[in-house]
Amino acid sequence: MIFEYIGVKEINGSLIVLDDVDCPSYEEIVEIRLDNGSVRHGRIVTIEGGRAVIQVFEGTRGISLNNTRTRLKGRPMELDLSPEIQGRIFSGVGTPIDGLGRIYPEKRMNVNGTPINPVSRVYPQNYICTGISSIDTLITLIRGQKLPIFSGSGMKHNELAAQIVRQAKIANDEDAKFCIVFAAMGVKNDVADYFRRSFEESGVLGRVTMFLNLANDPIIERILTPRCALTAAEYLAFEHDMHVLVIMTDMTSYAEACREFSSSKGEIPGRKGYPGYLYSDLASLYERAGMIKGHKGSVTQIPILTMPNDDITHPVPDLTGYITEGQIVLDRALDGSGIYPPVSILPSLSRLMKDGIGEGFTRADHAALSNQLFASYAKVQDARSLASVIGEEELSDSDKKLLEFGKKFENTFIRQSENEARSMEQSLTLGWELLSELPREELDRVDNETLEKFYHAPAKEA
Amino acid sequence: MEKSYKIYGINGPVVTVKGKTDLTMMEMVYVGEQRLAGEVIGISSDYTTIQVYEETTGLMPDAPVYSTGGLLSATLGPGILDNIFDGIERPLKEIEKHSGSAFIDRGASVPSLDTEREWDVTVCVKPGDRLEGGMIYATCPETTIIEHRCLVRPDLSGVVESVAPDGKYKINDVIVTIIDNNNNKHELTLCQKWPIRHPRPINERLYANIPLITGQRVIDALFPIAKGGTAAIPGGFGTGKTMTQHQLAKWCDADIIVYVGCGERGNEMSQVLEEFSSLIDPKSNRPMTDRTCLIANTSNMPVAAREASIYTGITLAEYYRDMGYHVAIMADSTSRWAEALREISGRLEEMPAEEGFPAYLPSRLSEFYERAGLVESLCGKQGSVTIIGAVSPQGSDFSEPVTQNTKRFTRCFWALDKSLAYARHYPAINWLDSYSEYAGDLEKWYCDNVGEDFMKCRERFAALLQEEASLMEIVKLIGSDVLPDDQKLIIEITKAIRVGFLQQNAFHKDDTYVPLSKQLKMMRATLHLYDVAAYAVSQGVPLSKITDSGLFDKIVRIKYDVPNDREEILDGYTKEIDDVINTFTVS
Repeated sequence: MIFEYIGVKEINGSLIVLDDVDCPSYEEIVEIRLDNGSVRHGRIVTIEGGRAVIQVFEGTRGISLNNTRTRLKGRPMELDLSPEIQGRIFSGVGTPIDGLGRIYPEKRMNVNGTPINPVSRVYPQNYICTGISSIDTLITLIRGQKLPIFSGSGMKHNELAAQIVRQAKIANDEDAKFCIVFAAMGVKNDVADYFRRSFEESGVLGRVTMFLNLANDPIIERILTPRCALTAAEYLAFEHDMHVLVIMTDMTSYAEACREFSSSKGEIPGRKGYPGYLYSDLASLYERAGMIKGHKGSVTQIPILTMPNDDITHPVPDLTGYITEGQIVLDRALDGSGIYPPVSILPSLSRLMKDGIGEGFTRADHAALSNQLFASYAKVQDARSLASVIGEEELSDSDKKLLEFGKKFENTFIRQSENEARSMEQSLTLGWELLSELPREELDRVDNETLEKFYHAPAKEA
Repeated sequence: MEKSYKIYGINGPVVTVKGKTDLTMMEMVYVGEQRLAGEVIGISSDYTTIQVYEETTGLMPDAPVYSTGGLLSATLGPGILDNIFDGIERPLKEIEKHSGSAFIDRGASVPSLDTEREWDVTVCVKPGDRLEGGMIYATCPETTIIEHRCLVRPDLSGVVESVAPDGKYKINDVIVTIIDNNNNKHELTLCQKWPIRHPRPINERLYANIPLITGQRVIDALFPIAKGGTAAIPGGFGTGKTMTQHQLAKWCDADIIVYVGCGERGNEMSQVLEEFSSLIDPKSNRPMTDRTCLIANTSNMPVAAREASIYTGITLAEYYRDMGYHVAIMADSTSRWAEALREISGRLEEMPAEEGFPAYLPSRLSEFYERAGLVESLCGKQGSVTIIGAVSPQGSDFSEPVTQNTKRFTRCFWALDKSLAYARHYPAINWLDSYSEYAGDLEKWYCDNVGEDFMKCRERFAALLQEEASLMEIVKLIGSDVLPDDQKLIIEITKAIRVGFLQQNAFHKDDTYVPLSKQLKMMRATLHLYDVAAYAVSQGVPLSKITDSGLFDKIVRIKYDVPNDREEILDGYTKEIDDVINTFTVS
């Protein structure tokens, strides 16, 4: 027998309260029918005896104390899944919105997922060649990694993400099945459209599953959007052995949705008003990347977040950096001087790269080269700050050489066009070419043997 | 029969039971039909509050809560080493087998230790012997390098009534029975339980004056830590906290390592697993895992279990300490643990103190760090627990509560620096912000065991680096060209110290671990170059001549040029330096 509860006890923001509910279960899904015939969905977020607090995904606009009938579904939020989800577009809570009808599920999965047992994980070691020199050589992306792009409003993070999608090739594994899950949280219509168009242009649209919660969609749905997307990704990766690249944008909007929800629940806020559990909450998303023993597939995540005021210490980028395996940071100054992709090398990092490069993966000299490029470019920054005080003229010769190197590095190595895909070999060679501009004794991160092989003193110009 | 109660309210990992109950504070309970593990954390006349160590999705009011009558405890016995547990000591490999999937099911109930495996037990008591708490009654080889010593529970004592013969036993087999003073019979098996939040008792604390040798130059030479000491490694993301912890876990000379991955990345734990089982311990020629126990509560595993994982780790460490081993526990990261406290405190609607952390954060931190120490255990053996805790300050701001409070309770502070990490200077331990209070305590040991001048070299290094820092202030303003040669020399020599000595390559076969004797010789060679060069400069030799000679480069490259097993090469450096510089002064 199914009960319907008429009316609600209390409404507060996106939350409604029901009294005398029979057997509610925690995180159960409810269906709310309004008198005007529209249907909304919600989730039980707190239970106290017969009193249940329900979070309404579509918002509480138009709900009064007595115009609703609420029905408990008896199960937590689940997503309908089948291989047919590829090429489809869903709303933030997983209902198809492309007018092609509903999915006939092969399987239903709880969107909250369950943690992967650390012993069942495979340590990711195969790199993904993105064709972008700065990323491939210095911040190598590994299959099964979660590598966010830290950006700011107005910078070219979307273009970068789209280029990665276009060019990403899985090294040494040509016939692997590859697909993309795209989750948009609170992004502008234009941005969603940009991604759709660029997927279409590069001919991957048939392999993209899109979950769209746009800036004008209900904010509470946003909390479920990445969960739906990751459930779909896990399903494709671990049930159908596909290599899934998940792009989630924009994580800052997601965190803001969490904050709004938390404050309407009356929880004690942590830093900048974000809930104290934001770390655990973000981790429950990011940790759903990886590879599992006995399965061929993998989930690789590229979350994009805009740092409010370009502040990397803001709670959202800060907590993200603590969970993810590195970060790609974009730099406003580079962007301003027209360099694309504006990857700020020094704060960027890929934690998994150390075991995925070198002999047998990329090339034996890769680690030494990237170390040296980082170290030398760090020195360039010192030389630049010195030059800004005493003037370029006054610099010592070695500092002048560094400045020269820095300029070339930014203009030839970091800069590349949106359609240019460089192979790993090309990028590495380019790196050595640049290093050869510097005096040999400046290269203190490379052992003699490697130097002997790759360092070519510049031919004296006649 | 176990008593059961009914759930009233559910809010995240916190569950309440209405009305008066017989539950006690910190009692372990099972919640719901799935029997999710939980712990009582608050009792009032109206409600009893329980934190649940697993996801609470799907729980319903009126579902049962079963009491167990015992506190949340760890099972201690052979089989802990070479194993990986979650935050409440459930073996993850067994859970994987049990559930048959890569995901952790809820309510998985498997015993902490393998109950089927047989151990080769040697009994060391005979009937009529008197046993006090903490004494050894049997031993068995747990791994090839660690002998497991079974200890009488600390609160138990009595006369041995019967013993089993030596042979193969499972952990729950009775080995010894004893009669206590009240004529009650107790059966001793190979394992025992101990509540994780209680420190295990000891005879007395000893003066911690033996260093924990790590083979990491910046730590051993500049900021040493004692066996039984406490250290904090604070650093923003990407500064190499985890790398430093891994290096220490691999190379430090403790007998046993307990590695607690508390709220960290899953891929990182699988890396530890993979790397440690393939790494061979140079001292014993056995895989590292033979002396390691991992506790993995990744950031997406339930938050309440994350809070418990630190205590589980330290309890296991104390157990091995009581057997007379030197144990080092790496906690990565204590900030996640503090955040778990905050999260649960928030759910309980407690009054927050700084940044939403509960007011009891400092007392919890001090309780934890005070469980470290070099001690004489109840059985009269010397053992130690060294705690090395990573701290992940929010926004890389060291003034936040967790870092500040940790600083008060630890005696070593290895501050990781973002700008060093950006320049890929690893370990990115900032030599100006870090400190060690143990240097004085360890002076005698270094003098007696390494070399009388070790501490002196150390002090000169520190002084040079300090001087460089103040010189750099000037250089930043007006460039280095205007400095006189003797000050330029300081900048050159500290550059050699920074690149050649402080920076260490974890991926290089020799540089990843450097014995103390080589460290001393490196310091001597560097200082010798400085002394001779300083003399030459004072005699009017231009510094550029000395820098062009390649001597500084040679010092920088010692770490690659001189293999660890051929330290004697370094003895020749003194003469070479003298020869080169002499040619300048003579000419």
